[in-house]
Amino acid sequence: MKNLKRILISSMLVGSFIACDNDDDTPVVVVEEEVITTMTITLTPNGVGTPIIMQTRDADGDGPNAPVVSVSGNLTANTAYNGSIELLNELATPAEDITEEVEEKDDEHQFFFQATNSVATFTYNDMDGDGNPIGLSFTLTTSAAGTGTVTVSLIHEPMKNASGVSNGDITNAGGEEDIAETFNVVVQ
Amino acid sequence: MKYYLLVLVLCLINITHTQNCTHTFLGEVKDFHDGTPMSGATVYLETLNKYVAADINGKFTIKNLCNGALVLVISHVGCDTKRIEVEINGDSYKEINMEHHIEELHEIKVSGEAPKKLTKTAQETQLSTKTIERFSALNLGDVLKQVSGVSSINTGNSIVKPVINGLHSSRISVIINGVLLQDQEWGIEHAPNIDLNTAGTINVIKGANALAYSGDAIGGVVILKPKNIISKDSLYGKTIFGAQTNGRGYNVASSLTKTWKKGWFINGQASMKRFGDFKAPNYILTNTGVNTKGFNINTGFKTFEKGFNINYSYLNNEIGILRAAHIGSINDLVDAINSGNPIVIEDFSYDINAPRQDVTHQTLKAEFYKRFKRFGRFQIQYDFQDNQRYEYDIRRNDDDKPAIDLNLKTHSVRANLKLDANTNTVYNFGVHTRYQNNFANPDTGIRRLIPDYDRYDIGVFAISNLKWDEKTNLNFGIRYDFNKINAQKFYLTSRWLERNYSDEFNDIITGSVFGKDIQNGVIDFNASQLLTNPVYNFHNVSVSAGISRKISKNQSILFNYGLSQRSPNPSELFSDGLHHSAARIELGDLRIEQEKSNRFGGTYQLNSSKLDLNLEGFLNHIKDFIQLIPFGTEQTIRGAFPVWNYVQTDALLFGFDLSTTYKINERWNLNNKSSFIKGRDTKAKTALIDMPSFRTTNVLGYTNKRWLNFNASLESEWVLRQNDFPDFNFETLNPTTQQMVLVDISTPPPAYHLLHFRSDITLPISKKTKLNIGLTVLNVLDTSYREYLNRLRYFADDLGRNFMLQIKLNY
Repeated sequence: MKNLKRILISSMLVGSFIACDNDDDTPVVVVEEEVITTMTITLTPNGVGTPIIMQTRDADGDGPNAPVVSVSGNLTANTAYNGSIELLNELATPAEDITEEVEEKDDEHQFFFQATNSVATFTYNDMDGDGNPIGLSFTLTTSAAGTGTVTVSLIHEPMKNASGVSNGDITNAGGEEDIAETFNVVVQ
Repeated sequence: MKYYLLVLVLCLINITHTQNCTHTFLGEVKDFHDGTPMSGATVYLETLNKYVAADINGKFTIKNLCNGALVLVISHVGCDTKRIEVEINGDSYKEINMEHHIEELHEIKVSGEAPKKLTKTAQETQLSTKTIERFSALNLGDVLKQVSGVSSINTGNSIVKPVINGLHSSRISVIINGVLLQDQEWGIEHAPNIDLNTAGTINVIKGANALAYSGDAIGGVVILKPKNIISKDSLYGKTIFGAQTNGRGYNVASSLTKTWKKGWFINGQASMKRFGDFKAPNYILTNTGVNTKGFNINTGFKTFEKGFNINYSYLNNEIGILRAAHIGSINDLVDAINSGNPIVIEDFSYDINAPRQDVTHQTLKAEFYKRFKRFGRFQIQYDFQDNQRYEYDIRRNDDDKPAIDLNLKTHSVRANLKLDANTNTVYNFGVHTRYQNNFANPDTGIRRLIPDYDRYDIGVFAISNLKWDEKTNLNFGIRYDFNKINAQKFYLTSRWLERNYSDEFNDIITGSVFGKDIQNGVIDFNASQLLTNPVYNFHNVSVSAGISRKISKNQSILFNYGLSQRSPNPSELFSDGLHHSAARIELGDLRIEQEKSNRFGGTYQLNSSKLDLNLEGFLNHIKDFIQLIPFGTEQTIRGAFPVWNYVQTDALLFGFDLSTTYKINERWNLNNKSSFIKGRDTKAKTALIDMPSFRTTNVLGYTNKRWLNFNASLESEWVLRQNDFPDFNFETLNPTTQQMVLVDISTPPPAYHLLHFRSDITLPISKKTKLNIGLTVLNVLDTSYREYLNRLRYFADDLGRNFMLQIKLNY
């Protein structure tokens, strides 16, 4: 029975030690690093005129709120626009420039552009070290007047050498979609 | 010999006479447990080399003794022989207690590996060392499928979780060497951190009828025990080496044990496993390599009356997740489902890249037990577990930075008192206490999947085993558990409002987050995040009752009932985030309460010389069953994502498991295992998600002892298509084509049939050394198939043909 007593006492000691092991430290906030909240596409007409801004902005990242998608105005028919893309993570303060990350790892990224109702065609204006397109800089050429959509996708780790991919065909690109946003456009 | 002894004894008596010794020693031999006298015990007087026998009252007398030490060796049928020293000083008396029970000794050499059950009235199956060794290269979930009614839920082929009668993860308790495994077992893609090579036997108990282990194991309990230690002077070991074509890898496990007659023992065990990319029949499964390292040290002292044991084990598992299963959006998922082939197929490699898991589990255990005369056995155990889980995702910048970094520390103390003085009525009482701390490292730069929390558990139980008569056993048990969870969790404010938590939970908000600053005590819904302190107290009661009865010489029946309650786990309460491998957002719910299971089981057993049959049926009604099901979609910059919510419903599961062996003759035998299960959501009136389909395996076995103990078997594994499934398919907009496409996440894959071949021979090398060589071919026909319960079934086929060679050396 002596042993039993000893055991009980030691177990109580262990128990009290455990009970004291309680730290109420406030956890550290995590600001999401991997998220792209904002994509801003600036379309500058080759001739004169104000740039058209297409933007998607998801202020809560992967949270429940849907991104706000906006197009600042109508596009002019039969016009070539210089396009440039800026990516931000606005959850961080100050906002983190994801464009730089894409530039640094340009061989691992590619933008794809599609239009419905043939409202526009696209050509790449930049290339990575292997001579494959990236799409941070591109040309959008509008066709005759009409309405349709423009979809911009960013693929991480695409197979750039797969058939058609370097021409902007997303079909065989594989990889993972980091962005897939559709903008409604009016060409007039 | 007898004559020789007699002469010797006479001589000795002669010597004692010459010393003129006249003292008398009276001994009384009694059963240790209940104090009943043991007649017929043989007493050997070692110092005098003389034999006497105890009379009907267990008494014996030795006359004409001199003062000094007297060594007695007492033996009795069914008891361990006992050697004691008595100091004779005048006329002396001593009570000698013999251990009439054999369970503690583990010294009985079991021939034919008769399974030893831990319960009397539960649906229990034991897997032998031989079966476990055959699966040395595989996982716990693979070997458990040898039990009818146990299937597995997989993430690829290396993350295999056991499913018992349709239930898995938090609903199953795994106990290894007396330690209740705490390794973030709530996650479907978290495989149990167990090195199969440390197990001597595995017992599977279906349902929550093993209250001495845990109260909330609604699905069942898996108990792994190390190989028994034999108290004699001995040194023995075992080495298993395996090589296989699929994965082009090897596994090696080796153990060495030194034992001493007095009861001391030390055992060391180490194992390694290294595989590269596995292969489906038509393609390489890129990034599915495995790298496992583990070791285990066990030492202690063990006799019938008392003993202790200290154990440390280390296991590190690095597992690659199929590269093609990492997707960024729902369009990627649709592409994967529709393409039928993995999107990434590269050449074979041993590299394990992201996505991958790297999990280290360490256990330290100290255990002590003592038996008290005519009373019972007391046991106390302390164990500490440290589980470090890293999960690496494909990241834009830095694949070497984990996306998940969770550290779970668990301390537990368990005390147990078993009153077995009366073998017909055995009582077992116990107290389990546990403290747990989960730390989610913020350095990942990704919001925590589950939060930091402290958890406190206290459980008390009382179990009685009654032997009603020679044929009937009764069991009744009751257990109470208290669980307290104290968490610190950040919510996106938008999520908090979307969940409508502001209606009832604003009192748990402790701060508001602006940028990286936490403003304590402020509740501001303009903040980006809110810091909360959810605290839960759960009170759970579990009851178990069972009866088993032998109805004839070779038939018996068993009925049992189990009531058990399970508190929600941290993922069910707090889960909050995007799951890349599934392209879905998984959300816990603060409102989730315990689930409550009422399970009825019945078993019919027939053991005849030719036919062994075990038929088990069960019906499990689970009130407030917690399940993860699709709810809707949420729009992000990557397109729409399905949202899966943890919700509660009422579930009814029922089914039967059949296991039969028919001995055709000395050499040939047939074995069948079949299991059928249905799971219904009784509220939604649909099938339950992720229920195993009907499965039947037939094995034709051949044994010939004369050909070097040759065994061969051909196994046919036939799995039907799950036709009873809830339809959670939905449509999404394909941004490229601007058309709606179907996301078919529900339709189960077709039925499949696989053939497996196994064979082995045993060569005796010396008297103590045996060499066993085994050749196994899994999926002989290289059949392409997908399993409904494999989470990667959308992305790739299961494994193709695999030749496995195993060399086992016992020495």
